[in-house]
Amino acid sequence: MRKLEEKIFKVLMIAATLAIVISLFMILVGILKRGLPAMSWDMVSKIPGGGFYIGKEGGLLNAIVGSLYIVIGSISLGLIFSLPIVLYLNLYLPEKSRLAQFTRLSFDVLFGIPSIVYGAFGFTLMVYLGLRSSLFAGILTVTILIIPILIRSIDEVMRRVPKEMKDAALSLGATRSEIIKPILRQVAPGIVTAILLSVGRGIGDAASVLFTAGYTDSIPTSLSQPVATLPLAIFFQLSSPIAEVQDRAYAAALILTLIVLLLSVAARFYSRKFSKNKI
Amino acid sequence: MIQNLLRVEKYFDSPIEKLQVKKESRNQSEVDQIFKTHKPHISVRNLNVYLTKNHILKNVNLDIPDKAITCIIGPSGCGKTTLLKTFNRLLQNSTDVKIEGDVLVDGENIHGKNVDIEGIRKKMGLLSQRPCPLPMSIFDNIAYGPRIHGIGRKKTLKIMVEKYLEEAGLWEEVKDRLKSPATSLSIGQQQRLCLARGLAVKPEIILGDEATSALDPISSKKIEELFLKLKDQYSIVLVTHTLRQARRIADYVVFMYLGEVIEAGPAAEIFSNPKEKLTREYLDGYFS
Repeated sequence: MRKLEEKIFKVLMIAATLAIVISLFMILVGILKRGLPAMSWDMVSKIPGGGFYIGKEGGLLNAIVGSLYIVIGSISLGLIFSLPIVLYLNLYLPEKSRLAQFTRLSFDVLFGIPSIVYGAFGFTLMVYLGLRSSLFAGILTVTILIIPILIRSIDEVMRRVPKEMKDAALSLGATRSEIIKPILRQVAPGIVTAILLSVGRGIGDAASVLFTAGYTDSIPTSLSQPVATLPLAIFFQLSSPIAEVQDRAYAAALILTLIVLLLSVAARFYSRKFSKNKI
Repeated sequence: MIQNLLRVEKYFDSPIEKLQVKKESRNQSEVDQIFKTHKPHISVRNLNVYLTKNHILKNVNLDIPDKAITCIIGPSGCGKTTLLKTFNRLLQNSTDVKIEGDVLVDGENIHGKNVDIEGIRKKMGLLSQRPCPLPMSIFDNIAYGPRIHGIGRKKTLKIMVEKYLEEAGLWEEVKDRLKSPATSLSIGQQQRLCLARGLAVKPEIILGDEATSALDPISSKKIEELFLKLKDQYSIVLVTHTLRQARRIADYVVFMYLGEVIEAGPAAEIFSNPKEKLTREYLDGYFS
């Protein structure tokens, strides 16, 4: 009887894993099947030429660079805000502090808010500040979008730092700001994971940049110019009636997937290097 | 016991400045033979500690001798570790802690206002139950303390790292791999690394919270030998579960039970002729 139970659970677990892997695989196959024929060197090296959106020549370089700009900008800005918050929550506030609990709850709620709401909020903010849709506004909105992800996932790893480690450093006469260094070393792999999660969310999100970053066929040269992004490139081209343009949407999706894949592999490689001293 | 407490209290009634002067008369007061040769380094007076409203330490009065090994023994949950943590003020980091009374280190009340907490912690090296290296290389672990206290020269650091690893008996084992992570060491080596790391900030006191309980017999023996070697230069306070360890290395023994100090005195006296019934029962193994 117990053996049977064991078997049933094993089958269930394998089935669940397979279902997810297969559906992921099918998405990938779908993207590859329609995107690969549309892929060419031009796609990643040229900006859209005249008539690109009716199937003439050009590429998606504007959207690729735009997406990278937005993601790099918002990750950097996001870390500048979230690291101090997490350190404050974990090192300076007492364990069961009301403020810490309230802050964590707020970020849990923010975590679940759909990105279109952030987009709308960013848009209001833009209007209030008198900005036009621009790279800066896009970065700002995506930053607000990813800050809850950064904070909650870094917070989780930082809470798991053994108390003994903090005590050990403190008992050497370190101040609380001096123990930040060993703690950051300890959680470095966790920070990398958090960054990856937020890159995934930030680079793939269309709704938050729809109003704020705008769309353009050129590569922005300043923060105040509008910028194209890959998700919007997919969105616009997919809604075209021309089959060739639709295929290019899939090519854009393929590029997006590849960027995320590359970043993940690189990050994992570096996080292993960082974590060699981890206890 | 009451008699004993009264004696201790009488002894503590005098302010700390006067203690120095009254050193001679204390010898006659036969409170503790050990203080003939070792002046008190840490003095605890009327210490009460509450954790989430539980009364953990009840009116503790105690003197820890200088340059000797003091073992705090007692059944688990009697407040040994709590007492140890009040010495370097790590207890404050927990929530819902209330501390009343004084802990004097070299005559300075460490729970007073405007106390330099980092300075106090620097005076005391802490060895925890499980060794806890920092997530850095062996070299950086030792150099961490000196670095935060302002020593930046690579040459000086190198000399210090070698000196303290030597002192902790680890130099020969690790001198060829100072750059490898501290976690690559065995657990016994890690504990000696932690000891070396603590020594590198030049403390006066070493606090050990069951520092050998997670180690294998050979490693614990090494640590014990180190303690015996180091007691000429440092005051060592050890919380220990193992009576045998206390018998082996203690100069001074404090027996605690349910948050109270039942008896304190020179090791020889406590082990051969305990005055309190509870102490005798504990030493005979009626409870543990």
